[in-house]
Amino acid sequence: MSSPAVSPAAGAVILSASHISMRFGPVEVLADISVELRAGEVHALLGENGAGKSTLAKILAGVYKPVSGKLALLGNEISLSGPRDAAAKGIALIHQEPLTFPDLSVAENIFIGRQPTKAGRIDWAKMRQDAEKYLSALGVTLDVSAPVRGLSVADRQMIELASALSLDAKVLILDETTASLTPGEVKKLAAVLDRLKAEGKAIAFIGHRMEEIFSICDRISVLRDGLKVGETLRTETNVDAILRWMVGRDVHHLVERGEPNLGDVALDVSGLTRKPRFADISLSVKAGEIVGLAGLVGAGRTDVLRAIFGLDTVDSGMVTVTGTTLVHHDPARAMEAGVALVPEDRQQHGVLMPQSIWENGSLAIMPRLAKFGLVDDKTARQKSAEGTQRLAVKMRDDEQAIRELSGGNQQKVVIGKWLLTNPKVLLLDEPTRGIDVGAKAEVHRVIVELAQSGLAVLMVSSDLPEVLALSDRVLVMRGGQIVSTFDRKDATAEGIIAAASGATLAEVTA
Amino acid sequence: MITRIRSRFGPEIVAVVLLILAFGFSAFREPRFLDAEYLFDRSTLYMEAGILALSMTFVIIAGHIDLSVTSILALVGAICTTLVSKYGLPPAAMIIIAPVVGGALGALNGLLVSKGKLPSLVVTLATMALFRGVAQILLGDHSLPMPKELVGIHKIQLPGTYFHVPMVLLAILAVIAAGVLHRTVWGRWVTALGTNAEAARHAGIPTGKILIQLFTLSGVAAGIGSMLMLSRLGVARFDHARGLELDVITAVVLGGASIFGGRGTVFGTITALGLVGVVQTGMGVAGVKAEVQVAVIGLLLIVSVLFSNFTARKRGR
Amino acid sequence: MKKLLARRELSLVVAIILIVGVAIALQPRFASEQNIRSILLWVPLLAVAAMGQTAVIITRGIDVSVGSILGLAGMTTAILLRDYPQLGVGGAAVIGIGLGAVLGAINGGMIAFAKVPPIVATLGTLGIYRGLTFIVSGGRQVDDYQLPKDLMNWSLEGPALLSKVPFINSIPWVVWIAIIVMLLSHLGMTYTRYGRDVYALGGNPDAAALRGIPVNFVTFMAYVLCGIGGGFAGVLYASRYGTVNPSGIGNGFELQVIAAVVIGGVSVFGGTGGAPGVALSCLLLGVVNVALSVLAIADTWQMAIYGLVLLVAIIADERFARSARKRAGEAV
Repeated sequence: MSSPAVSPAAGAVILSASHISMRFGPVEVLADISVELRAGEVHALLGENGAGKSTLAKILAGVYKPVSGKLALLGNEISLSGPRDAAAKGIALIHQEPLTFPDLSVAENIFIGRQPTKAGRIDWAKMRQDAEKYLSALGVTLDVSAPVRGLSVADRQMIELASALSLDAKVLILDETTASLTPGEVKKLAAVLDRLKAEGKAIAFIGHRMEEIFSICDRISVLRDGLKVGETLRTETNVDAILRWMVGRDVHHLVERGEPNLGDVALDVSGLTRKPRFADISLSVKAGEIVGLAGLVGAGRTDVLRAIFGLDTVDSGMVTVTGTTLVHHDPARAMEAGVALVPEDRQQHGVLMPQSIWENGSLAIMPRLAKFGLVDDKTARQKSAEGTQRLAVKMRDDEQAIRELSGGNQQKVVIGKWLLTNPKVLLLDEPTRGIDVGAKAEVHRVIVELAQSGLAVLMVSSDLPEVLALSDRVLVMRGGQIVSTFDRKDATAEGIIAAASGATLAEVTA
Repeated sequence: MITRIRSRFGPEIVAVVLLILAFGFSAFREPRFLDAEYLFDRSTLYMEAGILALSMTFVIIAGHIDLSVTSILALVGAICTTLVSKYGLPPAAMIIIAPVVGGALGALNGLLVSKGKLPSLVVTLATMALFRGVAQILLGDHSLPMPKELVGIHKIQLPGTYFHVPMVLLAILAVIAAGVLHRTVWGRWVTALGTNAEAARHAGIPTGKILIQLFTLSGVAAGIGSMLMLSRLGVARFDHARGLELDVITAVVLGGASIFGGRGTVFGTITALGLVGVVQTGMGVAGVKAEVQVAVIGLLLIVSVLFSNFTARKRGR
Repeated sequence: MKKLLARRELSLVVAIILIVGVAIALQPRFASEQNIRSILLWVPLLAVAAMGQTAVIITRGIDVSVGSILGLAGMTTAILLRDYPQLGVGGAAVIGIGLGAVLGAINGGMIAFAKVPPIVATLGTLGIYRGLTFIVSGGRQVDDYQLPKDLMNWSLEGPALLSKVPFINSIPWVVWIAIIVMLLSHLGMTYTRYGRDVYALGGNPDAAALRGIPVNFVTFMAYVLCGIGGGFAGVLYASRYGTVNPSGIGNGFELQVIAAVVIGGVSVFGGTGGAPGVALSCLLLGVVNVALSVLAIADTWQMAIYGLVLLVAIIADERFARSARKRAGEAV
């Protein structure tokens, strides 16, 4: 109990998941996955975005119910009715974006819904004491009576951890917890995890920064496209082997980029700043070029795309599209100037779910087809059909509501919608997130074709093989700034990961 | 085809069926319902609500609400009659000034919702009090007369028919509104805005501008409604149309517009307005007190939303 | 949050002092006790009803039917006392408050469980409850001579215990009742899990659900509390005015209640505010009315002033929340 160096294999299995399968609609996201979490051990669940690791974490924590498979706690089969039930059974989920109440105090955030009471009334003094106790057990000092608003993500994660400890959790599941932390904060978290390990907690750690995994975790499981491709002890492997497991998708799945056919600069961004999200972003994309924007979640990549498209105002900086400077930050202007944005969150931002495929497909060109403000549905429908045919959207007919399509086909409708506007600059935000492998390859083919036809493409992606396969240049963002640039020939997964996480290459590959 | 019509226009079909039932029942109980002259005479009461309901259809489809329309109506009436009787404005100018003033008041709502990023519900709740309050300051407990030449527009009929001017006006405006909602880019944008405001913005739709235009439109409609009401009643009072927002919102929601935004039709709204009118007139004939009629309209509103929630849930939305 | 509340409360106190000062400076006869008393006796009604609405608005909801709840509960109480005096004032009051709870439960049930938007549900019941008021009363009013003296005395006399204490002895029961209700409300919102759940739900509904707070129940109960406040205010109304008229009672009261709550620092974006601020803002609105009256500004200004102050409060809240987010480094 006293030494943090408990032998990993010595721990008893606390939580085990066997033969877990999961699907969302038609898409199978997990197939026959088995993992075990042991006392005093940190078990890393690794994989690219979309590999299914977050889904697995949510199943372990009771947020989702698996389609098939079993969970067992200390050898007894359990079924979880929800996160509350899981927490009561001693399984706690720590979120990347912690679930906190900004106007309530730190102490209340730890104990919400189960505050200590005395004679029927909340005992605020005891609650503050207890809060301090659990926080100091984590080695954290926070003013427990101050409101949570304004605290860093790292501090708020500590509040979630303290809350889990106060529930006497035996299993802690950290879902991409380090994704938006600074290297210093990650070190602190690692120290906290060491303490918790020493107390015999079983910990699942979801992440993708190699240096973290190798300094924090004892056991590593790798998921790829919903399948578990391997499990090993940290001491018996190295970064290369793990990366091979993660990335090892058959190369023939990925499209041939070919020799780019570069034209003039189509998109020029200089000194773009929107505090606190990003500062002093300067980049340019030529016609026919695909530029990948890599980085960790929270590095500010999506915010940059939003600002270029005019969805958010900026503090300073300029965006120029084929010589036209976008003065007013307004999506309609950006659209007129030839910018198109395919957003990351398709369901919330990309499509109008209840509307039909052709209505979605023609939404952006509707005003151009209109005469005297009157819509021309016939032409709109024809145009939309051109788009869906060009991208080979699989559908019954175009009167279908778009929500009935799979993610990949929805994405193609979204891309098709923008192509109809004849854009010069295409901004893609995680273009293949939540799309199955086959459709992914098709989307990749479309992106390459578009670039070959002279479109300037700026693509945010957390899918490294995708970035490496498609990009002519890769820009890496960290903490709201562009920290490095790789040409196609110099770009490597390790180099990008190192730049994105702020580690040295030696640390990454050590 | 039939199933498609049913799934697309289900709520409107319900409204039509209810209207026929209510009308049949009323005619059975009260033969006067079959007398065209009587019917057209009673219908004059609903033309102002009809015009407000047209603009409210757009506002609700966009996912918003405007509780202040009836207060704008009262305030426009107060301002116009004050200008005429105290400042010598030529009566004919009222016809221009009323929609302009109404539009300006509506634009204030729109600016607060669009630029101020405030929920339309609370903004229009506050301006509902503010606008009617200003009308009360202007008029106190008194009434100001509508200039004689503008009184009685509802009594003027198209030659040889029972159609009176307000009804003709409402019919024209309804046709225009239906055209705008279903056949113009702007109308489609309003629907997109109500379906998912963020996705609409991502599609390059100028959502901020549309919001201001919507609430301005709502104010203009209230200005026109004000002129009709003053012409019918002959005077302006601060408490004109008080509580009428219930009838208006009920007509829109009962007519199949989703209170969560994204769907609705002008046809449905007008049908449901007819239903509200028949139900109220029927109750009036049966000697039901006004307050109790209000209760029935309130019940209609709730039942229609419960019903549409229920069917939406059944469809698995 | 303490700082934020303190700031709102401080500005309310300053506003009250300012208005009293201006009124006294302009009109030396301001201190006519009779005048002040008659107007201020309306504040307890407002405060009692506002306490329930506070919970509703903190959960990001709204209840515009509270005036009709007041009307139906007040009317029913008065009728019961006229027709069944043997119930006693206490018994009738309990029935009135209980009726308020039932009416609130109807609202809450539709909103929490059937997912009817609060504005639609309560706009509908605003009409329904008013219609019922008319039906139970047959459209006839209850006059003060038909009501027991005990009920009237709530608004005239204070507790016997305090009858010897100068000045305090002139404070009638309704005021003490309102103070007790406000205190209970403050304690309830601060020292019970339910009260804290209300804040959590309003502050972050998604997190509240995932952290296991019974979101539907919390929402439902907020409307029940609002109904109880409305019902209680209805009973006090009968005591205060004696004459209870079915078309007059509680008409437009919802606006005053909502104004009091929002001006008192409960953000329409949910999650913040509480009883102390709302109590002060009720007092502020009372003082405004007194000032209007002694400055011989017609009553007709009242509604416009409420609307304007409400609008200013909403805008100020939004500005304040935005700057708080900005200071906290969140994107705005």
